[in-house]
Amino acid sequence: MASLKELRTRISSVKNTQKITKAMQMVAAAKLRKAQQAAERSRPYSDRIGAVITNLSASMAGSEGAPKLLVGTGSDQTHLLVIATADRGLCGGFNTNIVRAAREEIVSLEKLGKTVKIMCVGKKGHDQLERLYGDKIIDFISLKEHKTLNAAIAGEIGGKITDMFDAGEFDICKLIYSKFVNVMTQEPTVKTMIPAIVAVGSRTGNADDGPSAADDVFAPDLKGAAYEYEPDEEGILKVLLPRNINTQIFAALLENNAGEMGSKMTAMDNATRNAGEMIDKLTLTFNRTRQAQITSELIEIISGAEAL
Amino acid sequence: MSDKLQFSLVSPERELFNGEVDQVDVPGTEGDFGVLPLHAPFMAAIRTGAITVFNDGAETKYMIQGGFADVTPDGLTVLAERATLLEDVDAESLAAEIASAEQALDAAEGDAKLDVAQHLEGLKSLQA
Repeated sequence: MASLKELRTRISSVKNTQKITKAMQMVAAAKLRKAQQAAERSRPYSDRIGAVITNLSASMAGSEGAPKLLVGTGSDQTHLLVIATADRGLCGGFNTNIVRAAREEIVSLEKLGKTVKIMCVGKKGHDQLERLYGDKIIDFISLKEHKTLNAAIAGEIGGKITDMFDAGEFDICKLIYSKFVNVMTQEPTVKTMIPAIVAVGSRTGNADDGPSAADDVFAPDLKGAAYEYEPDEEGILKVLLPRNINTQIFAALLENNAGEMGSKMTAMDNATRNAGEMIDKLTLTFNRTRQAQITSELIEIISGAEAL
Repeated sequence: MSDKLQFSLVSPERELFNGEVDQVDVPGTEGDFGVLPLHAPFMAAIRTGAITVFNDGAETKYMIQGGFADVTPDGLTVLAERATLLEDVDAESLAAEIASAEQALDAAEGDAKLDVAQHLEGLKSLQA
């Protein structure tokens, strides 16, 4: 049995750990609220931009000059996977779940004989994927330098993707991130960004989203009037499509951030509770040991006295 | 039939305005235009500049940079890349942006140059 001193040190060390996990939980809870707000505030924008693209693509689809970002290159040989994870750990299975979804996607694509390229956003995903697919990772963007998530970061990532697409480095682009359902649940999601026409289709097809605001803005009733464009459709699409990619990335980053905080909160809550249980158990052992020690000391004294 | 225009101004970071107004003046890439209630469906790209909202005789100005205006029978939606209430824009940061736009103008070539010039022009008009 451990000595009293050892037990005392262990108890105090567990208590310290509990203080840390408790503090982290509270920090995560505060950040979660902010992150959730940010995610919700970005929604009107991404919903609207989706609606606008649906409108435009309806009039553009089938025509010769449709931009490649919208209809794709016509091939599906090379896939670019943009895998967005958190930059920090200690948030339960959050990062692992995203990486697992990514791995499944990679395996299924490889089975079909496609070429896969990976772009990592966030440090944790990069760390986990590097061991297995280090040769496929073509880019890695850390979020560490940025204190707050803003549209500029998404713009930077989106810019890289569009440049690469224009250079013909891939045919299809998919974004893998974690959708924030609620504090307890985050759902790893794979979303096609390029070609946009598929993305728009799959977005409307997501009936399990519940009654989203997107449904009623998706097909505005034009009451028979034709849309007018200024400049022309092509000009607008040329600007709109890259922006749509930025918006989707931004939305994904925000959802990820909210999910990370939610997951961290739950994980730290569990850790705090576990630490509490451990303290109770250790305190019990400590008291028992102390009691045993006192008893044996008493026996020594009494038997010593009796011997006289 | 409502005699007010349903107007919403959204940027990727948040929704700045959502409500009914009398008129909105928007700086389009091909020229400024005003949107009144019952405007025909219309979609336009926006250049850097100020958007003016008229409601009950009061004027509110927002600074916007890049984006789209989408007019449907349901109202006007402005999707701005960046949008701020003009009162909240401080002269110093605006001056800094003008300086960086001027540098970008020197570096840019071809079509991009035109875009940057337009951006710069818009920023300068806001400074006034």
